[in-house]
Amino acid sequence: MKRYDVITGNYSAAWGARLSKVEVIAAYPITPQTTIVEKLSEWVDKGEMKAKFIAVESEHSAMSAAMGASAAGARAFTATSSHGLLYMYEMIAWAAGARTPVVMAVVNRALGPPWNIWSEHTDVLMTRDTGWIQFWASNNQEVLDSIIQAYRVAEDKHVLLPAMVTLEGFVLSHTAMPVTIHEQDKVDSFLPPYNPPHYVVNPMISEPFTYGNILFPWDYAKVRMSIERAMINSIDVIKKAAKEFEEIFGYSHGALIKEENVENADVAIIAMGAVAEEVEAVSEQLRKDGLKIKAVKVRVFRPFPKREIAEIANSVSKIIVIDRDISFGWDGILASHVKAVLHEYKVDTPVFTKIMGIGGDDILPEHIVKAVKDVY
Amino acid sequence: MEVPEDHLLLPISKPKKGAGGETGAWRVYRPVIDPAKCIKCMMCYMYCPEAAIEVSNRNEIPRIDYRYCKGCLICYEVCPVPGKAIKIERETGEKS
Repeated sequence: MKRYDVITGNYSAAWGARLSKVEVIAAYPITPQTTIVEKLSEWVDKGEMKAKFIAVESEHSAMSAAMGASAAGARAFTATSSHGLLYMYEMIAWAAGARTPVVMAVVNRALGPPWNIWSEHTDVLMTRDTGWIQFWASNNQEVLDSIIQAYRVAEDKHVLLPAMVTLEGFVLSHTAMPVTIHEQDKVDSFLPPYNPPHYVVNPMISEPFTYGNILFPWDYAKVRMSIERAMINSIDVIKKAAKEFEEIFGYSHGALIKEENVENADVAIIAMGAVAEEVEAVSEQLRKDGLKIKAVKVRVFRPFPKREIAEIANSVSKIIVIDRDISFGWDGILASHVKAVLHEYKVDTPVFTKIMGIGGDDILPEHIVKAVKDVY
Repeated sequence: MEVPEDHLLLPISKPKKGAGGETGAWRVYRPVIDPAKCIKCMMCYMYCPEAAIEVSNRNEIPRIDYRYCKGCLICYEVCPVPGKAIKIERETGEKS
């Protein structure tokens, strides 16, 4: 039955996994992710979820077990944050190379030292080159819905890559909001059971084989190129999934990006995660003051929405990119992507990087207003 | 390099005898099973890291496949028979 609950982002993530009928959950606790897997563990224990919960001894093992379960044909889920994410880094790369469509919720948290448990995007952005699809949720409903969509995209026979759904630590993870928990049969009609079309490592049903033995450079390069092809394929699959989701559930979070307040915009502000939702609210306020601001949420960071960003750049005179992250000695990571796209598409709209909210520092509306007034 | 159209090239390898070539030429020492002493305990068969020791049933004396035996002598080490049921011979370099 459809119900409305006031729940945190972490419980939304747990509900996303539950409604997706995940079969194996392998996880290790870490702040601010812990309550996702605690909730799932509770449901498994009570028999409300038909899943195997593997309490592993580290994040490296969590991803190894999730990947193994996926390779054996199960729908697998895990969740982590920050240092846990970096501890599983080796297996993150491996899961993509193994073409196991694991879905992982990552709660953004800054990296130490100095020790910090609050939101920053740098942790997830460090994994951008591993072959994972990345969904960036802006509110708790989007967390739940993106996990369901992530399985749909990851398991598509034209894709078969793992996917992350990220939510900001505390800003979403521990903040309660009204969330619609969908009827199971509707979710089932959107997300069929996982049926691996490529390979299954399961001695009960398949002949023994090895996946990922050594390959010489000429063959290795072809295999890696096929991952790039899958990533490009995922662009249309993500768009189709977003469209079908809208048809079934009656609303949309956007596909690769979402634009708000687009009419006659002079300046576009581009952001990700919960920051993007705040930008949307600020842009509405600024429009009342006569400043024509468009809010752009980058919902999917990998594959990067190049064409969409280029189109936005062509429609405005200035772009502000808010980065809750930094690549030391370089730039804001999102901003540097936007700048690269503009070069590729030969658009010369000026791009201004604004780095804010590092280590969970509050991004207040006046900070965004100041960023706009600095360049407007 | 030929660029593949496929988005799903999978590096899958299936077990095959001697996939790495005939590695018996690597051997310096040759283990030889003495059928008079062998108690058919199958320890050598179990421990051979190259699966180069074969038996078809429990009552047979194991056979060493010298095309693949690398001469590591783990079979000799694990043989429980006092005085060993496996002898070690120096390879002469001549083809066997």
